[in-house]
Amino acid sequence: MNAFVALIVRDMRLATRAGGGALLAVIFFAAVAALVPLGVGADLKLLGRIAGGVLWVAAVLAALLSLDRVFQSDFEDGSLDVIVLGPLPLEAVALAKMCAHWLTTGLPLTVLSPVLALLFNMPAKGYDALLASLALGTPAISAIGAIGAGLTLSVRRGGLILPLLILPLISPAVIFGAGAILASLDGLANGAFPLLAAFSFVSVLLSPFAAAAAVRLNLAG
Amino acid sequence: MSERGQSLGWTTLFEFANPKRFMDVTGAIIPWLAALTAITIGAGLYLAFFVVPPDYQQGDTVKIMFIHVPAAIVAMMAYVAIAVASLFGLVNRHPLADVAAKTAAPLGAVFTALALITGSLWGRPMWGTYWVWDARLTSFLILLFLYLGYIALWNAIEDEVRAARAAAILALVGVVDVVIVKYSVEWWSTLHQGESIMRPGAIAPIFEWPLFLMMGGYGALFFLLWIIRIRTEILERRARALLRRMGEV
Repeated sequence: MNAFVALIVRDMRLATRAGGGALLAVIFFAAVAALVPLGVGADLKLLGRIAGGVLWVAAVLAALLSLDRVFQSDFEDGSLDVIVLGPLPLEAVALAKMCAHWLTTGLPLTVLSPVLALLFNMPAKGYDALLASLALGTPAISAIGAIGAGLTLSVRRGGLILPLLILPLISPAVIFGAGAILASLDGLANGAFPLLAAFSFVSVLLSPFAAAAAVRLNLAG
Repeated sequence: MSERGQSLGWTTLFEFANPKRFMDVTGAIIPWLAALTAITIGAGLYLAFFVVPPDYQQGDTVKIMFIHVPAAIVAMMAYVAIAVASLFGLVNRHPLADVAAKTAAPLGAVFTALALITGSLWGRPMWGTYWVWDARLTSFLILLFLYLGYIALWNAIEDEVRAARAAAILALVGVVDVVIVKYSVEWWSTLHQGESIMRPGAIAPIFEWPLFLMMGGYGALFFLLWIIRIRTEILERRARALLRRMGEV
């Protein structure tokens, strides 16, 4: 357990210090969101309605952007080989790295999202759902993203292919997450939250195994 | 491998897994399968265009169904085939399973695209629009992206064994996810008619016959093209191995 926490702390340090890019992902998130009103027009009523969906899409893109941090940089400088030799099974390593990725992208994006929603003029009753859906759903992005990061380890231009692999797989999170926000804006009761939680839970539960298998095949030979 | 296979009762399957054996057997099957494909699709198309009356509501556009529904079924079947082959590839580490998974993917992608295109051509007169963000349509679009991602991953990794393992993991993750995707988009929005083939009486018998013929024909066509692609891939790998050996000498 100690090694598990140590690995999370190490990854978070690497992400937040010079060249880590955790802050960049957050700024990217804000920049993508800011681009949308420029594209669809400044109609505040429309923006208030699409805010939830826009922030969800921006959160997915921002999380994708920082996925190379999960395994790639450790793979390139050789520290992944050392970590594999350490006390943690590779599945636990993958889980720790997913946690670190979420703590440095998903969590700050969730915290920042109400500010952006304010810029989008989102009605007040949507904020709870916005925060809750991003907090519940972004772990799934980090978890499934880590599978893609593992699979594309030995691909030279993995950054291009990674989104293509990951985006279809995480579409349910976007559907349930953005759907939950829309439903609460309309004052409807809906089952999106349990479904989102279930999707997220299953993703976090199963992804370490797939991600570990993906890393293992890239380290072998 | 063969001893373990026999004890598990997989004898026949693993006999075909020998590439030489596979080439011999499929070489003999191909002409028959090609004839079956031509007859079923030919008869199906003849019935569809010259015998089946126009639908009382849909008019002649109902005939798009005969090329649309079988394409959709084969598109899904191909993904299952990839997943099963991937499982065998991962567990048994057999190159032929990897080749089978790899070669099925472009076929599946084409059938998925065909289902999407014919569907949108039908949607224009019937729904008044080429595209709606409906559950079935969306899930098929996502399926197409899954296929494209799978193919891209195969092409991106140079080492064949490594590419096969990575693609197999992706296919198995995808097969779990595709069920969730299908459920989630259904929750999200539904306009496409429900499944009617298995419901007795939902489709008039006159429409059923050409539909079943076309389904058989598309299935046979898929297997025919799949076998040809696997054979081509095997020959290609042999040729590459030969060239490498010659280069070394």
